Amino acid sequence: MPFPDGMVRNLTGIDNRDGIPGTFVFDGRYAVKGYALNKMCFSFNEAANREAYLRDEEDYCDRFHLTGEQRRAVKSRNVLELLKAGGNIYYLAKWAGIFGLTVQQLGAQQRGVSVEEFNQMLVQAGKG
Amino acid sequence: MATIVGAVATSHIPAIGNAIAKGRQNDPYWKPFFDGYDAVRKWLDEVRPDVAVVVYNDHGLSFFLDQMPAFAVGAAVEYSNADEGWGLPVSRPYSGYPELSWHVIESLVANEFDVTACQEIVVDHGFTVPMSLLWGSASPVPVRTVPVVVNTVQYPYPTPLRCLKLGRALGRAIESFEPDLRVVIVGTGGLSHQLEGERAGFINKEFDLEFMDRIVHEPEILAGYSTLELVRLVGSQGIEVLNWLVMRGALPGAVTEKHRNYHIPISNTAGATMVLENHEALVSMHLAAS
Repeated sequence: MPFPDGMVRNLTGIDNRDGIPGTFVFDGRYAVKGYALNKMCFSFNEAANREAYLRDEEDYCDRFHLTGEQRRAVKSRNVLELLKAGGNIYYLAKWAGIFGLTVQQLGAQQRGVSVEEFNQMLVQAGKG
Repeated sequence: MATIVGAVATSHIPAIGNAIAKGRQNDPYWKPFFDGYDAVRKWLDEVRPDVAVVVYNDHGLSFFLDQMPAFAVGAAVEYSNADEGWGLPVSRPYSGYPELSWHVIESLVANEFDVTACQEIVVDHGFTVPMSLLWGSASPVPVRTVPVVVNTVQYPYPTPLRCLKLGRALGRAIESFEPDLRVVIVGTGGLSHQLEGERAGFINKEFDLEFMDRIVHEPEILAGYSTLELVRLVGSQGIEVLNWLVMRGALPGAVTEKHRNYHIPISNTAGATMVLENHEALVSMHLAAS
């Protein structure tokens, strides 16, 4: 469909935000649901807060009023559960940093493969 | 008047910052990536920019979900970096250029881009890693900076078309700034990658190569994608290519590609850099010199 400025929209693609396989489009639904969790993770930019979290995880979750679902997800260390609970990956990365987890470890966990297999998949993406 | 000499696009992956800090540029893993920046730095030595306008996205250091601007422009005397939470060394501060920032902000708003003016932005790796790749890690950095921040964190992101148009308005704003300055636009992030979901680790080489071809001469085609279609093609973090569209839009002249490098993988990402020269600007520079 041509626009007044002569540009063309590609309408062949999907416009369903839940239609991209294996992908969470972090929209208003997740932003609302995950606000407390993400706010807690945002606080992990500061070393003192990371230390406080490690000292007493449950107390720290209390301070940010995490929901039951979010507490369970945090406890499980399961990224997919954290995403379902409204976590945003950029803020969750700061939480993962507390445990020294790499983005390859996070990726492997979400894919359900070993870190070795995950790394091999990345290398493979560069071939051909 | 200020002149836009061209643009550099580059990935801004945190792991690059760690590799620089640990001096790993010649490790077999890193060498194919870092070697791609020799030509970039050589070009920067030739065009000698005074100012870098850096288009990037914050990753939860300066901006939270309480208030998330679609487009923000820094207007500070200096920009600091800070602890991002997962171990990247904190870098040196960067000189700002408040007069240019406010000129850009006024010009953009006059042209219907109502950007958020920020007197404080803590710049994160999206800004600092490209600065280290382009100008090294030593202080002081030989350019003054204007950060332009695009929301790629919380959907809806600005559309690809809007980003290209913002770039065009940005280019006009810069070139209407009175002092004789040479300005380079830096577009950061990408190319394809995805950190979250069962599709984590997604890389799309075929589309990346097409994107790099089209960003030179056919950015309008790229701007024609819907936001979600672009997410599908480049991954939910690869959507940072919106910054590249702003960058490309800011080049007002005839553009030629001077250099590119593309390497998979760097961390979970397709690492890429490009140098785009703005020809009209160079012609006017030569005229001014003669």
